[in-house]
Amino acid sequence: MAILGAINPMLSLDLDGDNAWRLADYVKRGGYTALRRILEEKQTQEFVINEVKKSVLRGRGGAGFPTGLKWSFMPRSFPGDKYVVCNSDEGEPGTFKDRDILRYNPHAVIEGMAIAAFAMGASRGYNYIHGEVWDIYERFEEALDEARAAGFLGSNLLGSGFDFELFAHHGYGAYICGEETALLESIEGKKGQPRFKPPFPASFGLYGKPTTINNTETFASIPYIINLGGETYLDAGKANNGGTKLFSISGHVNRPGNYEIPLGTPFATLLDMAGGIRGGRQLKACIPGGSSSPVVPATAMMECTMDYDSISKAGSMLGSGAVIVMDETTCMVKALERLSFFYYEESCGQCTPCREGTNWLYRVVHRIETGRGRADDLDLLSSVTTNIMGRTICALGDAASMPVQSFIKHFHDEFAYHIEHKKCLVPVEVQRAGSGFFTATA
Amino acid sequence: MLTSESLKRIDREIAKYPADQKQSAVMAALAIAQEQQGWLSSEAIECVAGYLGMAPVAAYEVATFYNMYDLQPVGKYKVSVCTNLPCMLTGGVDAGEYLKNKLGIGYNETTPDGLITLKEGECMGACGDAPVMIVNNRRMCSWMNPEQIDQLLAELK
Repeated sequence: MAILGAINPMLSLDLDGDNAWRLADYVKRGGYTALRRILEEKQTQEFVINEVKKSVLRGRGGAGFPTGLKWSFMPRSFPGDKYVVCNSDEGEPGTFKDRDILRYNPHAVIEGMAIAAFAMGASRGYNYIHGEVWDIYERFEEALDEARAAGFLGSNLLGSGFDFELFAHHGYGAYICGEETALLESIEGKKGQPRFKPPFPASFGLYGKPTTINNTETFASIPYIINLGGETYLDAGKANNGGTKLFSISGHVNRPGNYEIPLGTPFATLLDMAGGIRGGRQLKACIPGGSSSPVVPATAMMECTMDYDSISKAGSMLGSGAVIVMDETTCMVKALERLSFFYYEESCGQCTPCREGTNWLYRVVHRIETGRGRADDLDLLSSVTTNIMGRTICALGDAASMPVQSFIKHFHDEFAYHIEHKKCLVPVEVQRAGSGFFTATA
Repeated sequence: MLTSESLKRIDREIAKYPADQKQSAVMAALAIAQEQQGWLSSEAIECVAGYLGMAPVAAYEVATFYNMYDLQPVGKYKVSVCTNLPCMLTGGVDAGEYLKNKLGIGYNETTPDGLITLKEGECMGACGDAPVMIVNNRRMCSWMNPEQIDQLLAELK
């Protein structure tokens, strides 16, 4: 069982056993009834889009954009090819929920994509899967074969006259392909460099055709919304934050893993579910929504509930629901140094402010961490971030800048100490002990 | 230079895309060529480009952009360790150091017997399983404490 804990789960309900991912098991727990109902009862596209709007399902990939609204942007009656694309290129540090959804409940994604395709008049879809999780890609291919054989994919689905073909496409190591237009470029067989917007994918997407891209968890939630009704799904979460969500908890907790909870659940409850902080130590800070979201200090974090609005009020973002927990053994300069290196490595190189700026951010944080920091380095970092933000085609530059700004804002003293004393406030032995590597037992 | 087996697998990938969009199969085709050869030579890249009807430079752009393609020969086993922040907090960096000591090599180096190449990887999307490492782009190894790493190394012969 992959999902370590849950409160009122939907997506992770009854996933026990090695065959939970198989079509037969999915059908046994009510799978494909939503698609069947829509096609057999001859529901309209408007009905489906309205249910999704009523559910206030917000995109689970990071941006939190209302899914129903996104779907309504598609020119449904546009003649010719239209596409639905699933973004399973899960590479945001801290995020590992889509891997488990695809591993244990892949048919929910397939059914959700088929329903989405019906609602938007698309006849072809692709699921872009992170190249590093190869076993998941292979399993998804197998799940697709099962769905084709059972008539849930292909032409004339369940005798309705509606056609939908779905295929898996794998990435091969590029974080930027999680950006939706870079992902489209990548499916087209090119470098994954984001496109300038507008035009948006709904008018000019894959191969220049109308396209809607949603996250894996978003698609997987669709069958549950249709079965329960949009309003019931909304009530499972809280106002403006419909439904339950998977949270990936990593870092200094006793039981890192995925947890499904209603949006609006207190962070303290989630932390308890994950077994609390390792070794009875104190929480220092938390990155609540994947590495690109601003860091939140312990006290503020403990007051948050896990939903888009509460985390936003605390000055950060719910993002993909990836909660990186850091305890008192963490050196914040070292933590930021590693993140900055990541963005420098993964900048696609297209926009100068990001290509050059992420390099500057990494080199300056690196020299602070290695005891060569200069008195005006914090001002320099701040100036580099303001010169990146808002000046690039995609959000990677902003994503690289926000951690820098928030780490320095909340842990200014720690950075200043590093610069002045050429060493860390947290002794290296303490940091090492914090990782638990040398004391771990199998 | 691609075997008929590799070409058959590439054909299966091409069939996923509209007939006039063969280029979409380039990522899969390069991965298949790399599996066959152990790494991606310029010759292999050009061969893939020719098969898909693309300019060689377009295939070369893809091969150099995505970091799981190896444009230089690597050892029989390529071990990539994730050291990104969530993994670092629970031993990813330490696991990398442990491997370096055990193998007597640094990142991007290969053991003298040509058996193992060590790489520092970026987020593999498995942060809850840290420390994690991937062998030959395919096999993900989770919760790699010193004992588990020793076992893995004993197995990679």
